[in-house]
Amino acid sequence: MRVRMRTTAVVAGVSSLALLTGLTGCGAADMTKQASPFANAQGAKSVTLSVQSWVGAQANVAVAQYLLEHELGYRVDTVQIDEVPAWDALSQGRVDALLEDWGHPEEEQRYVKDKKTIVPGGDLGVTGHIGWFVPTYFAKAHPDVTDWKNLDKYADQLRTAESGGKGQLMDGSPSYVTNDKALVKNLGLDYQVVFAGSEAAQITQIKQFAKEKKPFLTYWYSPQWLFKKVPMTEVKLPAYKEGCDADPEKVACAYPHTPLQKYLNADFAKSGGEAAALLKKFKWTTEDQNEVSLMIAEQKLSPEEAAKKWVDSHESTWKAWLS
Amino acid sequence: MATVTTAAPRIGVPGALKHPVLRKLLLLALAAAILVPLANARWASGSWPAALTVDFSDQLTKASVWIIDNRDSHPLFVYFFGHISNAVVLSVRAVYLVLLAAGWAGVTAAASLVAWRVAGWRLAAGTGVALLACGFLGMWIPTMQTLALMVVAVLASVVVGALLGLAAGLSDRMDKILRPVLDTMQVLPAYAYLLPVVLVFGMGVPAAVLATVVYAAPPMARLTALGLRGADKEVLEAVESLGATARQRLLTARIPLASHELLLGLNQTIMMALSMAVIASVIGAGGLGDRVYQALSTVDVGAALAAGVPIVLLAVVLDRVTGAAGEGLGEEPRPNGRARWLFALAAAVAVAVTGRLVGRLDWPEAWTLNIAEPVNRAVDWMTDHLYSGVPVIGGTADWAAHFTTWVLDPVRDTLQWLPWWSLLLIVAALAWLIGTWRTALTAVLAMAAIGVLGVWTPALDTLSQVLAAVAVTLVLGFATGIAAARSDRVERLLRPVLDVFQTMPQFVYLIPVVALFGVGRAPAVAAAVVYALPAVVRITTQGLRQVDPAALESARSLGATPAQQLRQVQLPLARPALLLAVNQGVVLVLAVVIIGGLVGGGALGYDVVAGLAQGDLATGLVAGVAIVCLGLMLDRVTQPTERRAKKGA
Repeated sequence: MRVRMRTTAVVAGVSSLALLTGLTGCGAADMTKQASPFANAQGAKSVTLSVQSWVGAQANVAVAQYLLEHELGYRVDTVQIDEVPAWDALSQGRVDALLEDWGHPEEEQRYVKDKKTIVPGGDLGVTGHIGWFVPTYFAKAHPDVTDWKNLDKYADQLRTAESGGKGQLMDGSPSYVTNDKALVKNLGLDYQVVFAGSEAAQITQIKQFAKEKKPFLTYWYSPQWLFKKVPMTEVKLPAYKEGCDADPEKVACAYPHTPLQKYLNADFAKSGGEAAALLKKFKWTTEDQNEVSLMIAEQKLSPEEAAKKWVDSHESTWKAWLS
Repeated sequence: MATVTTAAPRIGVPGALKHPVLRKLLLLALAAAILVPLANARWASGSWPAALTVDFSDQLTKASVWIIDNRDSHPLFVYFFGHISNAVVLSVRAVYLVLLAAGWAGVTAAASLVAWRVAGWRLAAGTGVALLACGFLGMWIPTMQTLALMVVAVLASVVVGALLGLAAGLSDRMDKILRPVLDTMQVLPAYAYLLPVVLVFGMGVPAAVLATVVYAAPPMARLTALGLRGADKEVLEAVESLGATARQRLLTARIPLASHELLLGLNQTIMMALSMAVIASVIGAGGLGDRVYQALSTVDVGAALAAGVPIVLLAVVLDRVTGAAGEGLGEEPRPNGRARWLFALAAAVAVAVTGRLVGRLDWPEAWTLNIAEPVNRAVDWMTDHLYSGVPVIGGTADWAAHFTTWVLDPVRDTLQWLPWWSLLLIVAALAWLIGTWRTALTAVLAMAAIGVLGVWTPALDTLSQVLAAVAVTLVLGFATGIAAARSDRVERLLRPVLDVFQTMPQFVYLIPVVALFGVGRAPAVAAAVVYALPAVVRITTQGLRQVDPAALESARSLGATPAQQLRQVQLPLARPALLLAVNQGVVLVLAVVIIGGLVGGGALGYDVVAGLAQGDLATGLVAGVAIVCLGLMLDRVTQPTERRAKKGA
């Protein structure tokens, strides 16, 4: 009887395997060529865009999505993925485009040069810069804080419960490009890097500090809409020179100014039709991006409404992308 | 060291040897007296000795790079994982297309009619309203995406779980192998499951579905096995004496007898699948979870809530309907049951076809309601007025700072200051006192594994947060539980609140706590407390209420005051339930403290988040394994000897 039971189990196992292969077709199945199951539903032409967690990236995607949907008749899916995993998803075709990349040389080498599954989509038109910032009200009261050499003088004032006896340097999401731990160590500063964990958490914290006019020192970047709400002044770090950040352990210089890049999945770039053409031509300025970001993050408009407002008032800019 | 000194003075008392607790402590003290000087002489350091760690990060990084490079060419991927991934994509897509083709009216009608048949009119109305609410919140498409993913994941979990459960239920050997594995899987935080599947399948729906299956299948397997094993012996003998074959016995007696457990398993699987489907948005699951995740990145509590409410509604509806199906099982079938099912089917199809003909498949945009804005205004008001400088009681940020400096820091520093071997001893003592030498051994090995992995210090940081959160949870939970057990009105008021809180996605808790308490470990602890509280309250209440009324009555007749009744009768008698509450509290708190890495909780949770976010799987996997070990240790230390039949909040 036991034998019969076991044969039944084996038969069940084999038949379920057969079902699996039957379902997906015989032979090889390349999982790197499988699109999202939600793409192209009901025969609609569709595009999947990856959104990163910061608002600037959402602004890019909102405007691209609005134009794709309303001008070209596509159905657009968006997926939130952090920067590095987004490269992998892009390579696999799970997303079609990445609209704002802050520079990932290792991934560029692997996917663009070696595997050729991703192609560059050109400049976004926005230049990004990362740095350390203090609120402008604090910089006005203590002008010398804007030089890194004087930061130790203010470590006492910047202490919090989390920074344990040292001054607090607030970092945001672990996914963002950062050398801060190495910088603090190599510049010999009396500071502790405290990760807020996400940009959302960091923004909330900055706003709270600003409301009480308390001093703080934070990792921040431009273009960023928060500068309009909480004016901040950059602290000068030792000047950036080409290659000074080559060894992540030994970095002792400021962050570079990075022209932000777009990347497309190679197959999508080839056969994506009008959508791929639009995304390749998509190029706007820092002011444009900030305008949309501010509407999303501060006025709490939905990304779609914000995009509509911008599109209505900047026809000449986006008409050029469609031609 | 503490263990040694407390146990030592009692050595001279011979009677003490008869007491099991003391005997265990004595044996442990003896072992410690021999081992500790040896260990201390060889590796004298407070923290885990560097000589005893193994660095896996190189191998792990190499493995992950190899996988990425070979994912499109190696036969293992092309002929095996590729097919799995493909099958998942195709099935999710098929379900999604069916849902879209039915249109909002069709889906709502079908769901309500099914609810009507299995659970009656009231739940049918509730189901319809819930689905319409999803539409009104502007979340129809994401809801359908989550639903499609859920349907596939639940079906797969049920099949996998039932097969495993069948094996464990019929074969003793399988049961012995599977039971500890399944027990362990139930106490692990969901986050720990994400990394390995991402490593193999990359970001996206296949990885999300598979992680969900791994997370949601164990309850089905355990309850299936339990149901099969628990079948009435006499009935089985009767069937056997009638000459039934093994298969006939299984199909006609054992499975039908186990149907209550099977339905309970289905219910738990659905609930766990839903909670995982939300967390899986971190690895690209899409749907409602992704909306919550996106909203959180802009501190948009309102938008997060708009996506969170449909999740809660889905959870409540699914829970009630499957629960009602389980209760209605034993009743006699109604005379014209089949006709009613046919009617329900026909009505659903009719509504779907009508919707199609009218051309109203998509939810009309004009019918959406924007709740994000008012919610955000309320949250802003809260932050403005409660954050700091409130007279007398101080603001929430002040509390958080005090909690950090007065509670979290001392606990963490003490843990990290204690010599490593003394922590192992404490773990061994606690686990042995409450369980057997096996549980003690598992707990100690798990703790030691954390050290070997080289994450001793961050793990203790996480542990300190867990301990603080559990302490707060237990104080609040027991107090509320006692109040609810003493007054029916309190319990009636609490019940819906607990239901909602237990099904809320863990993510949604994070942002309001950041708004209230700032960034750091305090908000992570606060979120963990809020998340674990309902289960603790519920178990405490049930435990106290189930205390034998006769015992209470006799205490009352002896003139005990209510306080005396509580302290001397109810609490001692409810001890098993209270221990269970502690165990559940620890498990749930750990799950959220880990997610607290997103709001500055630091430690292991942060490593996992960072590993996922930076594609640095070495860091993430090591932290993930450490979390598994920590969860295992905490569970064993709080786990009473007899395993409970079922678990899960």
